[in-house]
Amino acid sequence: MDKEIGKVSIIEVQGLSAAYGEDVILSEVSFEVNRGEILVIAGGSGSGKSTLLRHMIGLSTPSSGRVTIDGTDITAASDKELRRVRRGIGMLFQSSALLGSMTLAENVALPLTEFTDLPESIVDTMVRIKLAMVGLDGYDGHFPRELSGGMKKRAGIARAMALDPHVLFLDEPFAGLDPITSAELGLLVKTINRGMGTTMVIVSHELESIFDIAGRIVMLDKGKRGIIAEGDPRVLKETSPNPHVRRFLNREIEERN
Amino acid sequence: MLLIERGDEGNAYLTLSGHVAIDNLKGVVGETRGLFAGERSAKVIVDLQTLEYVDSAGAYFLLRLEQDARDRSIPFEFLHMSSRVKGVVDLLGTTVLSQSPSGRQNTSLGFFEDVGLTAIRFFDDVRQSITFGGLLASEIALSIIHPFSVRWLDVLSYMKKVGVDGLPIVALISFLLGLIMAFMSSLQLKQFGANSYVASLVALAMVRELGPIITAILVAGRSGSAFAAEIGTMRVNEEVDALVTMGFNPLRFLAVPKVFAAVLVVPLLTIFSNLLGIMGGMAVGILGLNLTLHTYAEYTSWALTVFDVVVGIVKSMVFALLLAGIGCHRGFQVSGGAESVGNATTSAVVSGLFLIIVTDSLFAIILNYVRW
Repeated sequence: MDKEIGKVSIIEVQGLSAAYGEDVILSEVSFEVNRGEILVIAGGSGSGKSTLLRHMIGLSTPSSGRVTIDGTDITAASDKELRRVRRGIGMLFQSSALLGSMTLAENVALPLTEFTDLPESIVDTMVRIKLAMVGLDGYDGHFPRELSGGMKKRAGIARAMALDPHVLFLDEPFAGLDPITSAELGLLVKTINRGMGTTMVIVSHELESIFDIAGRIVMLDKGKRGIIAEGDPRVLKETSPNPHVRRFLNREIEERN
Repeated sequence: MLLIERGDEGNAYLTLSGHVAIDNLKGVVGETRGLFAGERSAKVIVDLQTLEYVDSAGAYFLLRLEQDARDRSIPFEFLHMSSRVKGVVDLLGTTVLSQSPSGRQNTSLGFFEDVGLTAIRFFDDVRQSITFGGLLASEIALSIIHPFSVRWLDVLSYMKKVGVDGLPIVALISFLLGLIMAFMSSLQLKQFGANSYVASLVALAMVRELGPIITAILVAGRSGSAFAAEIGTMRVNEEVDALVTMGFNPLRFLAVPKVFAAVLVVPLLTIFSNLLGIMGGMAVGILGLNLTLHTYAEYTSWALTVFDVVVGIVKSMVFALLLAGIGCHRGFQVSGGAESVGNATTSAVVSGLFLIIVTDSLFAIILNYVRW
């Protein structure tokens, strides 16, 4: 179970191309996610960040290429294998996607009761531990509609963490949050990453959060339909050979030509 | 893997190795149950040197061991806790373990409170419906005075959805209904040699009652629910709020075209329903009762008056108004998420049917007096 952090790749994306009908969104994208790191997938609007994420968790099938999680090629995996892989990953959706007809506790308990045979008392405690972990202790009986945006995101993380996944995917976790809430969420992501060694794959374009939490970024571009930069954002910001990357990371206006 | 040993001086040693995670938590908890049972230990020592991996479930297990020992005031100690394990343990809020569930529980109220609440909700709903009815009526009146303010393209598209798309099912069900009615009644009437009355029975029943009712029921199921779901989803997506902010009146923008379309097209559907029902009866009359097409048609026209036909059409217009109105109303009542849209859709159909039956009864009573 225990492997050296930062050396072994846990996800490999090889030559991935994605298209909606005639529209090619991504073409020949390849990169790796290392075990225990925080990787941010960045890029402007329409650069295919969310599309890439959907392909990485097997919600969409690529037109060509492979995605390997923990050694299993999910583009060719059977339903059974795919279910097994998915139990090892967690996903926070952009809109949190909590089930509106259930309380927070029921939302978090759902995977625990479905996929384990733990007695109810332990499930209850686990649920409260998970909610406390994201700072939502005392909100077990609340419904998602009664929560603010930031609280929903944290509840979404609690549900994604219910089964202690090795990899946590977060789609735009910081979008629409105020700076304080955003910073708190960043701290939570870092704490979970450090404490549990959970690998984090985050789609985001919030610069401050990127510099705050990212160990490495993969930057996508709409024009190239693929990766234009990869590495430590703090280094890329100063020394990237690509002017577009530097402008993105320095929050500057694109020159018109 | 775990190993429990009892040492000298009454100490209990627990050695954990491999991994303790959510997949083997149940077994591990079961095996350690003996640790605190039986003879009281002087001290519990848990050796974690060979423990390679814990997830939060495993960390919870470690914390609970400590908690159990503390509850029994037995000295407790972890040995060789690695930084990785400590990281996970620290992540858990230890206070949660000792707390009882907080937050609100879904406590069910007593019988009387439930009855009272339901009654209050019902009357509140009636009041809201009447308010909505008034608002809608005033918007419709305004739209009639200013016909250019109505979104006629929307009206046309809803007329297609409610009318043209609904015609096949209305036609099929009406035809079968006429057929069944003629067949069942002919079985009885044959005994008296009153076969010819089958034609008038089917014609009167279809034109005065069943045609409008069957059409209304199908429209409630097809279109009333669709109106509620459409407006409800727009509410959830804040589209209705956006319309208000842009200065539109959402009632006029969303509800009026639907109501107009329904009121215009449902009477046409009803006429089709009447015709198809009579044709169903005719099929039985010709094939089963040896009547000719001509005689059947003649019996039918003797039985019907213009008044009957007009009453059926007027009824269907009232039904259309009610169904479209209640569908829109339920849609506007949506708040929250997906579940609320579902409730609104269900409620649109149920209250639509309720209104139809009540209105039909009112028509029956009133017509009993105005009949000529």
